[in-house]
Amino acid sequence: MSANLRRLAVILGAATFVWLLADTLFTLPLPAVDLRPLVSANLAQSGVTHPVTAVLLNFRGFDTLLEIAVMLVALIAVLASLPGDSSRATVSDNTDDMLPAFSRTAVPLMLLYALYLLWAGAFRPGGAFQAGALLAAALALLHLARLMPAWSAPGLLLRGGLVAGFLVFLGIAAALMAGGALLQYPPAHAGMLILLIESTLAVSLALILAGLFLFVSSDGGTPK
Amino acid sequence: MTENIALIGVFTVPLLWATLAFLLGPGRGAFVAITGSVVQLFLALILARSVLVDGPLNHSTGGWGAPLGIDLYVDGLTAAMLLLTQVVALPIFVYARSYFAPGAHAARHFWPLAGFLIAGMNALYLANDIFNLYVTLEIVGLAAVALIAAGGGAGQVAAALRYLFAALLGSGAYLLGVALIYGTYGSVSIATLTPLIDVAAPRVVSIAALLMFAGLMLKSALFPFHYWLPAAHGGAPAPVSALLSALVVKAAIYLCLRLWLGPFAPLVQAAAWLPGVLGAGAILWGSAMAIRTPRLKLLVAYSTVAQLGYLFLAFPLLTPGAAVLGAVTLQAIAHGLAKAAMFAAAGIIIHSTGRDAVAEVAGVAERLPLTLFAFALAGVSLMGLPPSGGFLAKWLLLDAALNAGHWALVAVIIAGGLLAAIYVFRVVRQAFLNLPEELADRQKHTGRPVPRVLEWMAFGLAAASVLLGLFSVDLLKLIAVGNPL
Amino acid sequence: MTSELLFAVTGVILFAIGAAGTILLANLLRRVLAFNIMGSGACVVLVSLAQRNGIADPVPQAMVLTGIVVAVAATGVALALTRRLHQLTGECETTSSVEHD
Repeated sequence: MSANLRRLAVILGAATFVWLLADTLFTLPLPAVDLRPLVSANLAQSGVTHPVTAVLLNFRGFDTLLEIAVMLVALIAVLASLPGDSSRATVSDNTDDMLPAFSRTAVPLMLLYALYLLWAGAFRPGGAFQAGALLAAALALLHLARLMPAWSAPGLLLRGGLVAGFLVFLGIAAALMAGGALLQYPPAHAGMLILLIESTLAVSLALILAGLFLFVSSDGGTPK
Repeated sequence: MTENIALIGVFTVPLLWATLAFLLGPGRGAFVAITGSVVQLFLALILARSVLVDGPLNHSTGGWGAPLGIDLYVDGLTAAMLLLTQVVALPIFVYARSYFAPGAHAARHFWPLAGFLIAGMNALYLANDIFNLYVTLEIVGLAAVALIAAGGGAGQVAAALRYLFAALLGSGAYLLGVALIYGTYGSVSIATLTPLIDVAAPRVVSIAALLMFAGLMLKSALFPFHYWLPAAHGGAPAPVSALLSALVVKAAIYLCLRLWLGPFAPLVQAAAWLPGVLGAGAILWGSAMAIRTPRLKLLVAYSTVAQLGYLFLAFPLLTPGAAVLGAVTLQAIAHGLAKAAMFAAAGIIIHSTGRDAVAEVAGVAERLPLTLFAFALAGVSLMGLPPSGGFLAKWLLLDAALNAGHWALVAVIIAGGLLAAIYVFRVVRQAFLNLPEELADRQKHTGRPVPRVLEWMAFGLAAASVLLGLFSVDLLKLIAVGNPL
Repeated sequence: MTSELLFAVTGVILFAIGAAGTILLANLLRRVLAFNIMGSGACVVLVSLAQRNGIADPVPQAMVLTGIVVAVAATGVALALTRRLHQLTGECETTSSVEHD
């Protein structure tokens, strides 16, 4: 009985919360601070022409640095949760025939498109995260199509690839301290530095995101 | 310039060595961790001295100031919490190096995860931007969950999952609060927001504040949101429990303090009694559970729930003009040192006897006198006996409560000290009893010899907690920098 | 009511559904889904409220990108731990008992 009571209480609480909040949102005044003119005014010195990429990698670049740390922590957490004997890399037990054929066509296209997204991030929506996600999807597709086995505990090369993006970002951010502040790009070189960071980041992110799936797929999954 | 390098270094160094530890492979990384922690301690001392001499320090990342960019800010409170983190982390890392058997399953990824945990906490203390705080909260939360689950057993994984969902619920609420604040004011920088929020703020801001505090209270295990903590801290390996109880919960409480005294200060006075009541509940309930439980690590974990209640008990006293902020911070620091020492000592005892039970502590007084002394000293600080830091903090809190006329708070503070005495003496008394025959026979098989360095680390932390009272004048002066309270 | 406010209210409703789900549901996989809905709701509120007076504001969009990445990371950890729990115990739910041996 108390489980039902708890359910009722939470649902009523949630409904009241929605009602209260929606009600106050209708009478919300306009914000006091407007960041859009600040972004537009400084966009020229940021090294890219797309405002979201500028905010992500330049104005609020520190957030992005920490966010890559979050991804690394998540990957290490996944590795730490694996049983100690997962040294066998298993192939997916998919028996579908169409998927491998489709993947052989699709994956090269995905690679190409990911490269485009990475480069286009400076001018249009795109960038390291989108490219990395697409590459990770390509790797997951390869596994599901039995063209690549799942990953067991990472060797030195894979570990290096996983952390390379973060280390490059951290290194550049710290090195730029010489110019004054953390992550303070000199306007003349900002575009090139951002492209360098984004490229390594895309590769690392692809490996991390794929790893979140592929490290966990490496065993049978049946309860002991 | 050196202060800026110290400011950046205090989170960059742990990020660097955590990544290196991961690169080195499973189980490796103790040496880089300990070296890095020594450097971090040095940097934290430089920062503290700079704040004491020159006042608060501000660093605009990217060279753009707030509200466009992200600012990092160091005042006395931040410097003190940074000192606490590095001072506890270093001995615990030395302890962990000897605690984990070579090739232990739980230690495969301990070093990189611990490094990211410390980096996340240091970045959290420096942050002055509520969205940046969200990202640092996530680093700390995920690293803590991973450390708990790395133990491997079903109980630990379940405890880690319970903690994960509590943390995610908290983060989600916090994020919605940030979204509402940005929608109302157009900025997420604390420095920009604080002058904008006044008593006539729209109702949305109160709801946002409520969401953010609720999320943070979930993460700091404030009663009644504490349900995840005992299993999580009680089931993890001893160095992990020490880091979690001593440091991680303090981060969320620090954030509550920051938001309470900073942007939301005009709005919170009406609800100031609520943390007080919940804190009192935590002290009484946590102490009662600690007195009853048969397991040693669980006893220490329940003690954490109780001691965190003191920190929230002080919120009704945080009115302008009362010097309570120093007392709260001192309590947090003293508890951090004492709790780390207590978990370290408990870990040694369990290592030696092979079982996690208060009854099996019998005979420890003969075999591990230094460990028992460390446990008792830590208990002295928790009980609030002079000259420990815990005593001074509780004295200041009592003083403030008496001046404000809150008699109920006075009664709870005194009761809390007595209850702490009961559960501390429960363990200490047991240690002086003779070990029954059957337990002694079993311990010969399950117990292991204890490396001396473990005992010295536990003792060092406990001694620091007790001697804190003697050095508190400078500490209180530091905390007061940048905070008119 | 402008379209941005409609989005914001939808975001609030999504958040509430997700939060209620995370608290009430027993199966861990469903709780992960509920948490994702909760996060998406908060992100929708962030982007829509900032757009009330005309053209899009890039800062909350960048913040939401970060938020999505963080949510993905947390989901990855939750799923890996759930899978481990399932391997060890055969169950997909956490019980509420604290004392165990």
